[in-house]
Amino acid sequence: MTETNENPIIEITAMHKWYGDFHVLNDINLQVQQGERIVICGPSGSGKSTLIRCINRLEEHQRGSIVVDGIELTNDIKNIEQVRAEVGMVFQHFNLFPHLTILDNLTLGPIWVRKTPKKEAEDIAMMFLEKVQIADQAMKYPGQLSGGQQQRVAIARSLCMKPNVMLFDEPTSALDPEMVKEVLDVMIQLAEDGITMLVVTHEMGFAKSVAHRVMFMDAGKVVEENNPHDFFDNPQHERTQLFLSQIL
Amino acid sequence: MSEPVTTTSATEEIKPPVSNVGVLGWIKENLFDGWFNTTLTLLTLFVLYKVLPPFVQWAFIDAIWSLTEGARPGGDGAVWAVIPENVRFILFGFFPEGQTWRPIAAILILFALVFYSKDLTNWNRFFGPIWTVGILVMGVLMYGGIFGLPVVETSKWSGFPLTLTLSLFGMVGAYPLGVLLALGRRSRMPAIKSLCVVYIELIRGVPLISLLFMSSVMFPLFLPEGMTIDKILRAQIAIILFTAAYIAEVVRGGLQAIPKGQYEAAESLGLPYGLTMRLIILPQALKIVIPPTVGILISAFKDTSLVVIIALYDLLKTTQVTLSNPKWMGFSTEAYIFLAILYFICCYVMSSFSRKLEKALHTGR
Ligand SMILES: Nc1ncnc2c1ncn2[C@@H]1O[C@H](COP(=O)(O)OP(=O)(O)OP(=O)(O)O)[C@@H](O)[C@H]1O
Ligand SMILES: [Mg+2]
Repeated sequence: MTETNENPIIEITAMHKWYGDFHVLNDINLQVQQGERIVICGPSGSGKSTLIRCINRLEEHQRGSIVVDGIELTNDIKNIEQVRAEVGMVFQHFNLFPHLTILDNLTLGPIWVRKTPKKEAEDIAMMFLEKVQIADQAMKYPGQLSGGQQQRVAIARSLCMKPNVMLFDEPTSALDPEMVKEVLDVMIQLAEDGITMLVVTHEMGFAKSVAHRVMFMDAGKVVEENNPHDFFDNPQHERTQLFLSQIL
Repeated sequence: MSEPVTTTSATEEIKPPVSNVGVLGWIKENLFDGWFNTTLTLLTLFVLYKVLPPFVQWAFIDAIWSLTEGARPGGDGAVWAVIPENVRFILFGFFPEGQTWRPIAAILILFALVFYSKDLTNWNRFFGPIWTVGILVMGVLMYGGIFGLPVVETSKWSGFPLTLTLSLFGMVGAYPLGVLLALGRRSRMPAIKSLCVVYIELIRGVPLISLLFMSSVMFPLFLPEGMTIDKILRAQIAIILFTAAYIAEVVRGGLQAIPKGQYEAAESLGLPYGLTMRLIILPQALKIVIPPTVGILISAFKDTSLVVIIALYDLLKTTQVTLSNPKWMGFSTEAYIFLAILYFICCYVMSSFSRKLEKALHTGR
């Protein structure tokens, strides 16, 4: 996808973040267009999770600006809640609500945040459960599902909020190998639907086939950014080359 | 320990080793498994042998169940007659004679409500209203003043109804207050946080007795001239404030056990703080702490007997008064056994209820 000048859905400008004295994110600039799919990779501790967690304010940035769908993230809690409702997030460890059934996990957000009537929320939830192929488990509790199934539920839970952007933080890295595919398949399907996605992952096959752009981070900086073809076949930076040689 | 494993063909069914089945097997496995357990078992049997027959002799064989006119009972056995002769006063104290049916009816209503609450499917939108109506009816029965019921001042409330009142409202008041304190103690706002910390630590640092004293002796000094607050109400407030501090700490433990991911998942859906707590965090945290919470409620129930020191006539006090009557002096064992059974039944109901609740709320994992 070529850079266009229409309004980006996410716009991060000169953003910095520190944990105490530790400079986790150093001058991040990122524009994400509607429908764009970005894969973020990099060594452990490079700040990938922190970056995408800043986008829905699970972490607070200290300098620069982050604007999501025209709303700037400041200390204003109303803005933050609005952005969070627009931005779906899928975690490494699923984080389903263990005391609620799968269906209730899915309808919670729509009912309480979007004020959707219960019946309608349940219909939408069932539709997304069909989509991730676990409609038959709707009445079970998260503890009764496999890891792969739980992660698909987590994706469906985010989708029920009809988000403009989906963030994924290593969605497959807590899964047994045979379950990785079922989750990636769901994500590929989302890509085909044209959802804007930011994915932190080490699944390079996924990056190659789905991403419009791949970003490589190291020590809090975006070191290299390119389309997947050039990124993998012709990495520019030494650090990127080293990383790719280790991971591929 | 285990039998040597022999390979069996796939179709052959493997039987459990013989020593594991049957009564003898069970006894061997559970009572005489190794020298330590064998010693314990023999010791226990010896103690039982020493204690049980004399107790049965005293409590049942030699016992006197009812009293012949006027005589002061004697003999070696238990004089259970002390119970039926005094049961009205022990249970209902100074509640006017002839009106005894009112506290009885109130207690029966309470039991009915507890029984109704045991079935979790009843915890629907009628649950709150039904309890409210029940409590109102109980209040009317106890106090009177309408429907031609003569007024019975709270100073006359005593015995079992008083114990139950103090406990019931103690729990109902202390639980939500405790939850709020626990949330406050984890608040990011320094003022709220330190207020809660100070409160919790202060209350936990003093015995209930001193709180009761303060509420009955010191508190009225601060009230404007001529204004009084009901004595039972003051004791009730002391009990609530005291129990809440303990509940707060238990609930805080539960809150700490909830992984950060649960907060993050809730927040990333856009749920505000209040809803996150109400819908996600508290249901899980409160469930984890059901056993210690019920422990606190049970001990609060028993602690209500401390109100004797501010001259309220709860179940324990009415029993003591009975025993101070020369006619019944010396039969304290019997009376206290009766009391113990009564307390035990109430506590047992609470703990079995908590086990049931835990089971019903279990959702795998
Ligand atoms: N709450 C925190 N307080 C202090 N330091 C933190 C905190 N969270 C993360 N860090 C540090 O910030 C750095 C970046 O963390 P982050 O989780 O973003 O890395 P990551 O790129 O996602 O790594 P991984 O691939 O292991 O998930 C790490 O060095 C980590 O130790
Ligand atoms: Mg990470």
